[in-house]
Amino acid sequence: MAKHTLSVLVENHPGVLSRVSGLFSRRGFNIESLAVGITENPEISRMTIVVDGDDHTVEQVSKQLNKLIDVIKVKELDDAESVRRELALIKVTATASTRSEIVQLVEIFRAKIIDVSKNTLTIEISGDSEKVSALEDMLRQFGIKEIVRTGIIALERGNKVIKNNNGEE
Amino acid sequence: MELTGAQAIVKALEMENVKVIFGYPGAAICPFYDALMDSNIKHVLTRHEQGAVHAANGYARVTGTTGVCVATSGPGATNTITGIATAYMDSIPVVVITGQVSTEQIGKDVFQEADITGATAPFCKHNYLVKQAEELPRIVREAFHIASTGRPGPVLIDVPIDVQTRKIKFNYPDTVDIQGYKPNYKGHPIQIRKIAEALRKAKAPVICAGGGIINANASEDLVMLAEKCSIPVTTTLMGIGCIPSSHPLNLGMLGSHGVFAANYAIHHADLVVIMGARVGDRAMGTASKIAEKADIIHIDIDPAEIGKNVEVSIPVVGDVGLILRELLDLVTRGDVDRWIETLERVKREHPLKHADYTDSETVKPQYLISTLSEMAGDDAIVTTEVGQNQIWAANYYKVKHPRKFFTSGGMGTMGYGLPAAVGAKIASPHSTVITISGDGSFQMSMQELGTMRQNNLGIKIVILNNSGLGMVRELQKNKYRRRYYQVSMENNPDFVRLAEAYGFRGERITCNSEVREALERMLADDSPYILECIVDPEEPTL
Repeated sequence: MAKHTLSVLVENHPGVLSRVSGLFSRRGFNIESLAVGITENPEISRMTIVVDGDDHTVEQVSKQLNKLIDVIKVKELDDAESVRRELALIKVTATASTRSEIVQLVEIFRAKIIDVSKNTLTIEISGDSEKVSALEDMLRQFGIKEIVRTGIIALERGNKVIKNNNGEE
Repeated sequence: MELTGAQAIVKALEMENVKVIFGYPGAAICPFYDALMDSNIKHVLTRHEQGAVHAANGYARVTGTTGVCVATSGPGATNTITGIATAYMDSIPVVVITGQVSTEQIGKDVFQEADITGATAPFCKHNYLVKQAEELPRIVREAFHIASTGRPGPVLIDVPIDVQTRKIKFNYPDTVDIQGYKPNYKGHPIQIRKIAEALRKAKAPVICAGGGIINANASEDLVMLAEKCSIPVTTTLMGIGCIPSSHPLNLGMLGSHGVFAANYAIHHADLVVIMGARVGDRAMGTASKIAEKADIIHIDIDPAEIGKNVEVSIPVVGDVGLILRELLDLVTRGDVDRWIETLERVKREHPLKHADYTDSETVKPQYLISTLSEMAGDDAIVTTEVGQNQIWAANYYKVKHPRKFFTSGGMGTMGYGLPAAVGAKIASPHSTVITISGDGSFQMSMQELGTMRQNNLGIKIVILNNSGLGMVRELQKNKYRRRYYQVSMENNPDFVRLAEAYGFRGERITCNSEVREALERMLADDSPYILECIVDPEEPTL
């Protein structure tokens, strides 16, 4: 099944997240990832939801989301027409003998080391999901102790923006 | 004007022109009841909170306005859930107000605390947990707006007790502006033209009309369109009443428990026009098969219904009444004579089983219900329970007008009929209100006899008593090799003496020859009546 990215503007009210996530479980839709945060307007939050499903499912997801009173706007973002990023923090085992190799990998991926201890390194990486996964794969050999990923966030390329009401510019 | 939160809710209800509230008090909603005492709004005390929601549902369906009910926190609130889900599935506008423990106690599992906004989220069009008393006027205004516009449905407002007692300045907003809620009423003109064109070309069109027609008050427009183009109409369970049962173009109810001719038409049509119906499994379980043979037009106020259960050739989102009126100017009659002839023949060859059983040893429900519909008058309001009684009532009661036949169509809630009749009788005191029930379903809400008594409601209760759960029994007969289990209700109460216990008249009949006279006695005046009819447990609906 194909992955679809939905950008959803919602009222920044308590309970909105549970309404949205409840809708997905209730209607049997699969969420791949969901990221949420406030927008330039503090009364509005933006969710980026990656959904697994065929076109019919995604159409139903959008329509059912639109029925929620707290949902202001739903738009499916085209992969080619949008920029997508994910942030991950990876805590990896680092010994005296592996440390420099890990640092090299981090440089190649243009990632960052944000915490160091005697036997670990914590790495911050952002990029599309494939890049994050690629670094994760490369680091696995050293022993990943913990990983956290934000899920995809995305914006349309160029001048396009999703407006609060009635369509896009 | 400075008011307490509770007074503000009451004032807001008055501003919304609410005349009647159905409810049940409790500790966390006491400030509201205290304020309500000083209002002209009538309060009807039900015997269970679920009954209050069903009564508000019945009231809403009679009046076409929003029904209102109230309950306390915790169990009071959770008791409303089935009522809310029932209203949600059938798109009935209801506002439910619940008390809640005080804001600082929320989340601490205190006495009678329940997360009712969380619990009802899947069954509500929207709900609110009010944290700031200042928001009450706006929220009540929005709740009524949301409940009654677009696709109607229930909205719940949960009000903590401290929010009810806090003082606020009362300003009732004139308008509602909800960014995420702008229902679309006007159908797209290009789509409407396409429908007119499709209707003109169709050789075998059929309209499938649902409860949306009744919600939109578009019954007359539907009949006009059907007549102008000679298109036969089949209704869903919720659509019953949108075209008179005896109208020559009405094929009857479709679906698994529907009329042969209606299902024949749907399966042999070249064009199916679905209006204000959601292609539910009971009505159109084989929707994809239907769509293989026919083009499908779907008109609905809710965009999410279009394309949900069936592939649609011409979708139109909007108010079905507005769209029908626009269509009426555009349509012309197609070449449908042969189709009409065919359906007439099918109707003749497959009539409803409908003998004038005079020598029966039990009461035949089909005979009873058709005789009742003959005798009760065109304006009688009928509610049903859920089970065999619902199917017999749907197929044999001849409904002449919209907003006269109420049943729990989507949810299939047993225990709906009596409290819905309470709401209907309160809304329309001069109408004959009849509830058709079975012995099983009647006992799910029979505590509402107390509400009838306290409010002097002359509701006529017909109990089809087959000493058990007939519909489940029939299912076990057909699908589970007659392994009947837990479907027998032995030692039912004596329903006649139950009537007498409440000060009502009651009567038991055991055969068809008693039906007519018993119905005459039941319908003779406006007093409450229980008519218990002994029905053969083997009597099938299918």
